[in-house]
Amino acid sequence: MKILVPVKRAVDYNVKIRVKSDESGVELGNVKMSMNPFDEIAIEEATKLKESGKATEIIAVSIGPSQAQETIRTAMAIGADRGILVETDAPTDIGGVEPLAVAKTLKAIVDKESPDLVIMGKQSIDDDSNQTGQMLAALLGWAQGTFASEVNLGDGTVQVTREIDGGLETLELKMPAIVTTDLRLNEPRYASLPNIMKAKKKPLDIMKPEDLGVDYTPRLSVVKVNEPQPRVGGGKVTDIDELVDKLKNEAKVI
Amino acid sequence: MPVLVLAEHDHKTIKSATLNTIAAARKLDSEVHVLVAGHECDEAAQAASQIHGISKVLKTDAPELEKHLAENVAPLIVSVAKDYSHLLAPASTFGKNVLPRAAALLDTQQISDITAVIDADTFERLIYAGNAIATVKSSDSLKLITVRATAFDPVKADGGNSPIEEVAPTGDSGLSSFVGQELSKSDRPELGAARVVISGGRGVGSAENFAIIEKLADKLGGAVGASRAAVDAGYVSNDYQVGQTGKVVAPELYIAVGISGAIQHLAGMKDSKVIVAINKDEEAPIFQIADYGLVADLFEAVPELESKL
Repeated sequence: MKILVPVKRAVDYNVKIRVKSDESGVELGNVKMSMNPFDEIAIEEATKLKESGKATEIIAVSIGPSQAQETIRTAMAIGADRGILVETDAPTDIGGVEPLAVAKTLKAIVDKESPDLVIMGKQSIDDDSNQTGQMLAALLGWAQGTFASEVNLGDGTVQVTREIDGGLETLELKMPAIVTTDLRLNEPRYASLPNIMKAKKKPLDIMKPEDLGVDYTPRLSVVKVNEPQPRVGGGKVTDIDELVDKLKNEAKVI
Repeated sequence: MPVLVLAEHDHKTIKSATLNTIAAARKLDSEVHVLVAGHECDEAAQAASQIHGISKVLKTDAPELEKHLAENVAPLIVSVAKDYSHLLAPASTFGKNVLPRAAALLDTQQISDITAVIDADTFERLIYAGNAIATVKSSDSLKLITVRATAFDPVKADGGNSPIEEVAPTGDSGLSSFVGQELSKSDRPELGAARVVISGGRGVGSAENFAIIEKLADKLGGAVGASRAAVDAGYVSNDYQVGQTGKVVAPELYIAVGISGAIQHLAGMKDSKVIVAINKDEEAPIFQIADYGLVADLFEAVPELESKL
């Protein structure tokens, strides 16, 4: 069984981003970039399926600048067998290529590679769209198991437990299928040094969007990017009596 | 052209986030219709027809729509889309699951999680976990949008009397089926819609200690939340999580107990009207955004607060 895992190079989750002073986007100069955390969970899950003998090959795909090769190498150090980079110079500061265009790119790759399962992050932490997996499922006419906290392979089916508002829901999907990962699915491992070295030798194909017949012209134009109004806080109370008094008489919320 | 809101419902009642989504739809200066897709969902359709400010309810009743499976709901949305300029859904796990699937089928680049409507083509949305606001303009002729409920005051659930029109179902995809669900049982209000939220962090120390948070919540008629640290430590389940990776809340009163205030948590609650922080570490970043900070041991302060309310 073949698993495809899309991985995205995004601003590291510990970085506090800054908006450009001309409001055109987000400052990315000298900012640490990493694999989108939800994608790390996806590659970990695929790797576990391979280690348990249920999967035979893992292909990591990224869409982005040349540096996204590093992200693919990271996926290889965790467990991907080979990689595909669809190289584009589209600006990446507000999320890069739009989700619909990414889904179309991935569909073209799925059509070539015929994986049984695509495991991918539920969202990337730059533009926070949470769309690509659902869109890819739609374009392929496949079932989708979004926001997964548990994945169990059956015979031609996969059971996915999903994080929904108010609890959990379990669905059974016909394969091939799309699974998008939520935080509790697993804890991604740290790649070992030998595996990082081995990753450097694994095959990595580089393609262009034109090779796949996908148009990256954005549908959404960014008018401006601002910083949110900072919240003014810092008020203190000395004891519970004062707190209760303020909540009742000043804030009038109780 | 009218705009359509996809209702989130449990077949009997309309979920409150739908009312916020309708409020966003009304800013587009068009007639607003509401789609109720479910099974034996007559009561929900009736409830929808009472909502203030809408002019029509579309109802589709079919067994395959009972569990709101995206594979079955998305084609239904596609079947009615041609009559509308905008399709909106709440940015809940329901809307997030279904709407992008419909958007791809309609070859539309969805706009996720909007917080403001500028005009019919232009919207504000938060990126980077709320650390930046992007104003985006769509060139698609049909717009699919999910709405951050806390950014729009809800319309009234009553006062309307809209006609209900039946829409034919589009069938069962056969791709997915429902196995089961495990919902957290609670008499407390829903976290996303509560007027008061009391959240506990790692400082609470254990699952058992969360009882003092729950007691305070019950006294105030509020919901219980938690930071990611408390969830990761196993004190409460993930559906309690408030933050970038959990739920975004904006209640009238938010009480953060034993929460230091990591960026990821602040992203989920900083739009609350009044924020109270109780923490024994006076350097905790949560105090920088709190209206009323109390430096105290939570195990003494929380029971005292509860007894004095």
